[in-house]
Amino acid sequence: MKLPIFLDNHSTTPMDPHVLDAMLPYFVEKFGNAASRNHAFGWEAEEAVEQARKQIAKLINADSKEIVFTSGATESDNLAVKGVLEMYKEKGTHIITSSTEHRAVLDTAKSLEAKGLATVTYLPVDKYGMVNPDDVRSAITDKTILISVMLANNEIGTINPVQEIGKIAKAKGILFHCDATQGVGKIPVDVQAMGIDLMSFTAHKMYGPKGVGALYVRKKNPRVRLVAQMDGGGHERGMRSGTLPVPLIVGFGKACELCEQKMAAESARLTAMRNRLQAAIMEGLEESYLNGHPTNRLPGNLNISFAYVEGESLLMGMKDIALSSGSACTSATLEPSYVLRALGVGVELAHSSIRFGLGRFTTDEEIDYTIKKVIEIVTKLREMSPLYEMAKEGVDLKSVQWAAH
Amino acid sequence: MAYSDKVVDHFNNPRNMGSFKKDEEGIGTGMVGAPECGDVMKLQIKVQNDTIVDAKFKTFGCGSAIASSSLATEWLKGKTIEEAQQIKNTDIVQELNLPPVKIHCSVLAEDAIKAALADYQKKAGDKTEAAT
Repeated sequence: MKLPIFLDNHSTTPMDPHVLDAMLPYFVEKFGNAASRNHAFGWEAEEAVEQARKQIAKLINADSKEIVFTSGATESDNLAVKGVLEMYKEKGTHIITSSTEHRAVLDTAKSLEAKGLATVTYLPVDKYGMVNPDDVRSAITDKTILISVMLANNEIGTINPVQEIGKIAKAKGILFHCDATQGVGKIPVDVQAMGIDLMSFTAHKMYGPKGVGALYVRKKNPRVRLVAQMDGGGHERGMRSGTLPVPLIVGFGKACELCEQKMAAESARLTAMRNRLQAAIMEGLEESYLNGHPTNRLPGNLNISFAYVEGESLLMGMKDIALSSGSACTSATLEPSYVLRALGVGVELAHSSIRFGLGRFTTDEEIDYTIKKVIEIVTKLREMSPLYEMAKEGVDLKSVQWAAH
Repeated sequence: MAYSDKVVDHFNNPRNMGSFKKDEEGIGTGMVGAPECGDVMKLQIKVQNDTIVDAKFKTFGCGSAIASSSLATEWLKGKTIEEAQQIKNTDIVQELNLPPVKIHCSVLAEDAIKAALADYQKKAGDKTEAAT
């Protein structure tokens, strides 16, 4: 086993070697611009792009013409929300989203609000991090033009009832955008069955290259239009200008093809591995709490809070395992995870959370090592924790007058 | 974030980690911070003849908070009450090479020192009063 171990597959994934193989010819030999319509170099590039478009569309049950290439999911989210608002602002400027969305959606919404361009409803989530479709329905006004709810959460892995939300949106004639960055390639996604009108996703979360993503834009029932957010050559049906990064797109296509082939087996394997990790940790450590939905979550996701120990120190104690924490000390804002807070997880436990992200290349041996290390370091840090000592002495920590600083 | 070697060393080999009984003779206890802020430090000193003969800490917090309190106990040992009052958070920042976002850890350590000294002095004062 090689150290360090990568258990942060929600942040990014290593590229599958087959993806790299597919990409290699498109750097030096087949370097053409896919928009060059009058010579063989361009045709070759265009053919490769169209092939990738088909592979990508097939994974989500879309038509290849509905795939708009972008630089990644952040751009796709921005393009979807801002582009739709700008196109349909005469109809209304109300947007409905949820409080646990990725920052690419939340901050886009906030920036539109701050500029006075939109009013936004941020729906609460239940204790598992799920949006209630009834809340979506009752938030709709005659000015609502867009509902944007994510498929699966990047921190806690909880999967939203997207299909039901899609139905509500359709019934009310409102466009439905779904940030499916964490879900595509991991769980079945069908834009038809789910009633999705726009969908963001990216290659590097599914064993493809960084720097390329896509926005699915529905072409019929209804035909979705949006205003491009960048001016230029009018590529991608006028929705996103800029020369297509052919090698990245080829890699994206291959990554989608591989995910489609592997999904059933991979998802079963990761679920079993994740469940084993979860059971061993939670049995080995008292007062460890699962964050997110117990069953309705991404196969490779596990998020646990360890009472009385702080997240960053946990990460520091497990230097040879790449993990992520909802602790404020690991964030630029010095605020603990807003996702965990939206679930109603106490600030203390939000500070104490660790996210485990398993992926295609995670091995059983790595899981064994992680189980051992987590139990070891949490035990060590609890010995060091005045809170643990007080709790053991029977002090109710909630009754203590803390001097907040 | 990259940690300085000294922070890593204190984190991996904490000095004087543990607790004294609060009611033991000559013990001063300082507890600062709050769980919702992500750090709580408990610092204890054992004083004999106006000199700190031993110190212990327990900390809930990030690596830098643990290192700051571990270092504080090292520095406190052998100092008089008067000398201990002089320890500044900036000394801790310098010694551990803390980045700006971690300066609050050193501030917390200084507060913990001050709180432990005050607690000791209060107890000692109460005792003198009781004796007279």
